[in-house]
Amino acid sequence: MIIKTISFAVVALLVTSVGLAQDKYFTKEGKITFYSKTPVEEFDAVNSAGLSIIDTKTGAIEMSVLIKAFEFKKDLMQQHFNENYMESDKFPKAVFKGTISNIAEINFTKPGTYKAGIDGKLTMHGVTRDITVDAIFIVSIAGVIAKSEFIALLDDYNIKVPGVVKNQISQQIKVEIDNTYKPYVK
Amino acid sequence: MQTRLILFFLIFYIKSASAQQPDLLSLVEDEKQPKEFVKNSYKSTRVIMSHSLENLAGGVLDFRILHRFGMINEGAYQFFGLDQATIRLGLDYAVTDRLTVGIGRSSYKKEVDGFVKYKLLWQATGPKSSPVSVIYVGGTTVNGLKFEDEEVENYFTSRLGYYHQLIIGRKFSESLTLQIAPTFLHLNIVPETLNRHDIYGAQLGGRIKLTKRLALTADYVFVANGKDGDVEYKHPLSIGFDIETGGHVFQLHFTNATGVNERAFITETQGDWGKGDIQFGFNISRVFTIKDKRKK
Repeated sequence: MIIKTISFAVVALLVTSVGLAQDKYFTKEGKITFYSKTPVEEFDAVNSAGLSIIDTKTGAIEMSVLIKAFEFKKDLMQQHFNENYMESDKFPKAVFKGTISNIAEINFTKPGTYKAGIDGKLTMHGVTRDITVDAIFIVSIAGVIAKSEFIALLDDYNIKVPGVVKNQISQQIKVEIDNTYKPYVK
Repeated sequence: MQTRLILFFLIFYIKSASAQQPDLLSLVEDEKQPKEFVKNSYKSTRVIMSHSLENLAGGVLDFRILHRFGMINEGAYQFFGLDQATIRLGLDYAVTDRLTVGIGRSSYKKEVDGFVKYKLLWQATGPKSSPVSVIYVGGTTVNGLKFEDEEVENYFTSRLGYYHQLIIGRKFSESLTLQIAPTFLHLNIVPETLNRHDIYGAQLGGRIKLTKRLALTADYVFVANGKDGDVEYKHPLSIGFDIETGGHVFQLHFTNATGVNERAFITETQGDWGKGDIQFGFNISRVFTIKDKRKK
């Protein structure tokens, strides 16, 4: 009797853990790139160490990136980005927390390309804003790829550009996200 | 009884496992804080005259103009020193994030100098990180003046001077950085037997960041054996502001130092702050990215 119960318990435990594992996808190598383009100067920065997790049951999607992990072509730009604009010692991370609004339409077990809308809150430089972005999810055997593109306004996040460089830094920053998710196993 | 207990734990386990996670991201976040090097302890690779804790990033070329006017107390006839100038033009190149090499040419004594700067320890945060940065600077100076007596046999080595510094410093906070640098300097040839060949000292420097783009800096060299024959040399003290504008850093300063390289200002400073032997000067630093750091 006892042995039976224990084996039942073990099986039950295994089933529940596996069951839990399948509904979350994560990445620690999320790629986020942003572009600034003015007639005078163009530049971009890449961060390939974004953390992100999707809960397919609830549709929750979250992402967090370290500001200091953005890499620029020119080190001086990177220095100014951290020190003067993003103040990364004070505000080390940018965090997005949102929900996939049409989560029911995305089948994470069936390979294919799905369009999605995501609503959520983006926090950076100490300011939190509601944003809505379009995304596509590409489900394959290897994992889930999520791509999105949106525009962030510097003023919205209280990032001030001094007059002398106003023509070199765009007010509208294009942000691209390209994450490859893997099943989350505890 | 035992069965019940097991069942109880089983139910408890399932309940806790299926409980809503309050923060999804905490599932993937590393608990360990990653090691992170401390950057931007100064706006520039020089405090004012002396080398700072800061190295250029690998692949960056820094064109530096050090410009100093004459003594302010020379009065209106010399337009308070603005009629005269001493300059050093220099190029520094960072081979890696830790290694910089540089050359420069000063108008004072027509001296050429070259140096190597290597970051031995880099202040960082996170596990197993150093609380301070330690940097070695070694340089050679070549006096370019014509030999005083051209009749006798003169050697090139007579023109040379060497200096070694070990900079130890820390960025205490976003606004405060301090450093100390024991310094040793050797002159190959001196005019008289009474004159010094070896000079010992320690540099003290720091900055207080006032705003994002403006900092107050101070740079002082304590020269332990300032007496040289009949002359008592002074300790060079410079006080200034670092102003950053986009691609340039301007270092406006007041100083009593003579010359603009280590050999000159450590061994030949005669100006006395108390008597108003002060010069106004500025350093301009302009960096160029030679190698894209993302394509290493």
